[in-house]
Amino acid sequence: MATRYTGLCIGVTGLNANDNPGPGIAVIRALKAGLGDDIRIVGFAYESLEPGIYMQGLVDKTYQLPYPTAGTGALLERLTYINNQEKLTAIIPNFDAELHNFIIIAPSLLKIGIRTFLPSLAQLQVRDKANLFEFGNKNGLPVPPHYKLFSAADLPHVTEELGFPLVIKGKFYDAYIAVNMDSALKAFKQLEAAWGYPVIAQKYIKGTEINVAALGSGNGSNLSIVPMRKLYITEKGKAWAGVTIEDNALVELADQFAKATQWRGAYELEIIRDAEDQLFIIEINPRFPAWIYLAAAAGQNQPAALIKMSMGENVTPFNSYETGKLFIRHSWDQVVDIAEFQKMSAFGEL
Amino acid sequence: MEKLPYERPYIKRLTPGAMNKFGSHSGAQPFKHIDGVQVTNLIAAYGSPLFVLSETQIRRNYRSAYRAFSTRYPKVQFAWSYKTNYLNAVCQIFHSEGSWAEVVSGFEYRKALGNGVAGNKIIFNGPSKSKEDLMLAIENDSLIHIDHLEELNLLITLSENLTDKPRVAIRVNMDTGIFPAWDRFGFNYENGEAWNALTKVVASGKLRLTGLHCHIGTYIQSTSAFGIAATKLADLALRCKTVLDQTIEYLDLGGGFPSMNTLKGAYLPGTDTLPSIDDFAEEICNKLINSDFAPNELPLLILESGRALIDDAGYLLGTVLANKRLADGKRATVVDFGVNILFTSFWYDHQISPAQDFSPHTENMAIYGPLCMNIDVIRENINLPLLNPGDHLVVHKVGAYNMTQWMQFITFRPAVVLIDERQNIHLIKAAETLDYIEENENVPGHLKAK
Amino acid sequence: MKIKKNIATSENGFVFNPATGDSFSGNAMASVILLAMKNGVNTAEIKADILKKYDVSVAQLDRDWEDWIIQLKEANLLELELNHGN
Ligand SMILES: Cc1ncc(COP(=O)(O)O)c(C=O)c1O
Repeated sequence: MATRYTGLCIGVTGLNANDNPGPGIAVIRALKAGLGDDIRIVGFAYESLEPGIYMQGLVDKTYQLPYPTAGTGALLERLTYINNQEKLTAIIPNFDAELHNFIIIAPSLLKIGIRTFLPSLAQLQVRDKANLFEFGNKNGLPVPPHYKLFSAADLPHVTEELGFPLVIKGKFYDAYIAVNMDSALKAFKQLEAAWGYPVIAQKYIKGTEINVAALGSGNGSNLSIVPMRKLYITEKGKAWAGVTIEDNALVELADQFAKATQWRGAYELEIIRDAEDQLFIIEINPRFPAWIYLAAAAGQNQPAALIKMSMGENVTPFNSYETGKLFIRHSWDQVVDIAEFQKMSAFGEL
Repeated sequence: MEKLPYERPYIKRLTPGAMNKFGSHSGAQPFKHIDGVQVTNLIAAYGSPLFVLSETQIRRNYRSAYRAFSTRYPKVQFAWSYKTNYLNAVCQIFHSEGSWAEVVSGFEYRKALGNGVAGNKIIFNGPSKSKEDLMLAIENDSLIHIDHLEELNLLITLSENLTDKPRVAIRVNMDTGIFPAWDRFGFNYENGEAWNALTKVVASGKLRLTGLHCHIGTYIQSTSAFGIAATKLADLALRCKTVLDQTIEYLDLGGGFPSMNTLKGAYLPGTDTLPSIDDFAEEICNKLINSDFAPNELPLLILESGRALIDDAGYLLGTVLANKRLADGKRATVVDFGVNILFTSFWYDHQISPAQDFSPHTENMAIYGPLCMNIDVIRENINLPLLNPGDHLVVHKVGAYNMTQWMQFITFRPAVVLIDERQNIHLIKAAETLDYIEENENVPGHLKAK
Repeated sequence: MKIKKNIATSENGFVFNPATGDSFSGNAMASVILLAMKNGVNTAEIKADILKKYDVSVAQLDRDWEDWIIQLKEANLLELELNHGN
């Protein structure tokens, strides 16, 4: 049965459904659930082994994109080429590292008919790891104290202030929990070499890990907020199982964040609830989380709502979801012929 | 029978790798012309390697920077930072556009005089000015920017019996929220040193306090740092007026705007992440206009921009010497230009383009210079098409600092040509010769070749 | 110089080594040479054929051939030869 969404063509990145999964596959499932199975999904991949490339039921066609390091010129050129084949309706980028470029080219994409629903560069900046503490303080959001480290000589003073254990984070990725000076120094050296300055030292907060997936309207409110408590955490700190929960304090945090930033688009708050029931925001991701299909299954289909927003529809904010919905991630061995891998690798299309 | 075009046989392992910060895009396009002049012709006429400067681009850069500030602020003056590129032809382009000279040594000072710059349009910066340098600057009514107390004391002594007071400013360093803070030059704002120095200048009665100077660093990536600098200098100037009854005529915010090169280890290219000169101008001018100066008493705003005005007007042309496979199977290409003439390859991942058509296959490679030194690395990782010995390469955005910091090491320094606005080519510095390099040498008689 | 017998090449320039599981993609020249090698044409003949059809000097081809052999070794595509020679 055809709907108004039939034939929409939506580009999605983050097809790396591996042990540190990108959100792409979950986003696609939610889109199909929300907009109908008869939409066309175009996958965008950076690597030839991203599992989503080979999931024929979910991804109709995949194109390789240039790495973010290639810059906006190369990205726009590639997307223009792809658009000439596909006539894309909208794109949902799902990697932190690619957002900067997508935000810059969003107006050019719109000119060729491709919609996005993204935060501004300034919004992206304020929640950046390096700025989070100042941002939280300024807006009354609870953020654990942190320091920016520019040299190993900063460590003694900082560790005295924050105590052990403490979290040492790279400018872009990676985090280590340091239990003593030696491990702090080692982490600093590794992160400094990998990602440059600043390296960030954050106070370690012990407690329950909770994530909140939300969709900001762009004018200070949220269209959807779904909190999830992590039940099982992998060695990489990723949720392998989690359950939707209800807690007004969490919803209020998200509302406060949306108000402070006027956030437009998807985001995720990573929160820790300590023994005294206090909440701390330890990180804010500027995109959907990999568990976003749970939000859709619990009644708030954020990816579908985002597409509707990007198309200028009036979307009424969700006001309820089911608590006690559980997700359990599992792995699945996809089997394909080596020729498919070769084609993807060499031609950048499959 | 017409022969088919040949390409080196090449296979590439199809490896699935994790997304990492060293992107593997090719991005390379053949770059055959500079301002309409063919790269191969330039090399044929002037040799390889060869630096090429575009007069058109220099003037374009200057004009758009001047426009960015002058449309936002009533009184603006640029001073060409000599150390960035002091080839006389380059300096003259800037002077012809209206730039004063900013110099940091007696050598540069005399160069500016030689270029016909009026003494009162030379800004004399730097921690090392000799007594003779200072006397010359005083005689010429230049703007002397004091770096330390020793210099201040010397100036007071030198001015003892003068009728016209020398015009001076002090250089101020400060916390602008960036790392590292260049706190080794001038007097510190936060700890009150700057204020003490100002008081001392005024109390001496021998010097005319005319301006305030800062240069907060180079390749600054945030506009807010300049906003803070402008605010702090404005604050000092207003205090000079109210407390010391001294009108500060100009605020010199130094240089430091980035060129669009990409820093080593940066994740995204500079062209996508760096603020434009307009963004910097917006921040600086806003802060000054919204400070407590009366609108008709706004001081002159001086800028000493260097790299932002010339980096992208400079190219280095070179030639492939050899190809190698390293022990780990990775390809390396040896070229005829090294870090001795491309100093900035220590900081930047310079964009490099082949100067001729190529096939679509690319390979990840290291690019090494011709020196017998392990540090002679132009790019550790770059994806380029298959290159053959004799192929030409163009390195982009090399106009700043390379033609002043280059080293004469192992071989000669190359020629520099300028392409003018009518596409005429001018040799503005000839390549070095053995005679030139040995000119000042002296071999004692007993060591002379028999 | 012999290429391993079970190497699978496709006209797209793909190479698959079923013994190791490695995949490669080659340029047009690589495909031409691989095909000839698989068909047992010897080095001298392959080179002569290239010189006849393609715009390349003997010196350049010799130089590139050395690099080609290094690439094949690196890629584990060569038959180990006990008696040295062609
Ligand atoms: C005092 C002074 N002014 C101006 C400059 C030019 O700086 P930039 O090339 O970063 O604009 C420098 C360079 O170090 C400097 O020391």
